[in-house]
Amino acid sequence: MYAALWRVLPGPVWVRILILIVLVAVVLVALVQWVFPWAADTLLPQESTVGG
Amino acid sequence: MRPPARLSVTGVLGELLITAGVVVMLFLGWYVWLNDVVTGGEQQQAAEVVQQELQDQYDRGEALAERPTDPGEPVVSIAPPAGQVFGALIVPRFGENYVRSIATGVDVETVLNSRRIGIGHYSETQMPGEIGNFAIAAHRNTWGGAFSDLDKLRLGDRIYVETVDGWYEYSFRGLEYVWPTGVDVLEPVPAAPGVAPTDRVLTMTTCNPRFSTAERIIAYAVYETWYPRAGGLPSEISGVVEARG
Repeated sequence: MYAALWRVLPGPVWVRILILIVLVAVVLVALVQWVFPWAADTLLPQESTVGG
Repeated sequence: MRPPARLSVTGVLGELLITAGVVVMLFLGWYVWLNDVVTGGEQQQAAEVVQQELQDQYDRGEALAERPTDPGEPVVSIAPPAGQVFGALIVPRFGENYVRSIATGVDVETVLNSRRIGIGHYSETQMPGEIGNFAIAAHRNTWGGAFSDLDKLRLGDRIYVETVDGWYEYSFRGLEYVWPTGVDVLEPVPAAPGVAPTDRVLTMTTCNPRFSTAERIIAYAVYETWYPRAGGLPSEISGVVEARG
């Protein structure tokens, strides 16, 4: 899968690495911004009130 | 020799599983550490802005409450609508500059998880300085963990509630551990339903143990005095952690 991704990326090695860094950064931001908060509230709710 | 160009099912599956494992590890790191650090920092900054706004409100003459006839009695603000920030909590034991905003209500999404707020006031309880119980809640962990160090409080530690009218000083008395159903800690006299209050208390609730929702840890503090905003910030707030004695 990742080998295939590497093959479809255009350009010389350093361009491919640059594209990969950007892709990884986008994925990380999406995880931290949306996926992790959703997962935390859905899977591990932290109730801190009494009575709820 | 070049590897085969076509994708193999097991190869893709293996890479997906490795990726999933990495994502889970990232999530745990975010959950136990990064989210608290980042959100806590954002809540701290937001609260410092709130403090400035409270001062500005006061300067514009927008203090919420009527002056009491007896100057020794604390001013009691009118409770603002749900979700609105009306004050800040200052706890030197939680950190030299620790301050977090307090909003009306304990809604998880809009108040407790908020990157601007973090502390919610149980709107059915009394306001700061009012006879009865000013009860507030915040997370122990995750989303800034405003009450992360609730169990570190020691007898006599000062806790300040800042509003547009000034600073209410409370003195920490003790901890209690209750089940999540223990709503009687919110009574005007905590744990004594139906008793008419004569004292002003501050009740802080959060979850216990850390990273669990099994129990609740409750911190009680009693009212000491209040400082009208006209007189300026109490000297104790400027960095003194240890209470007297």
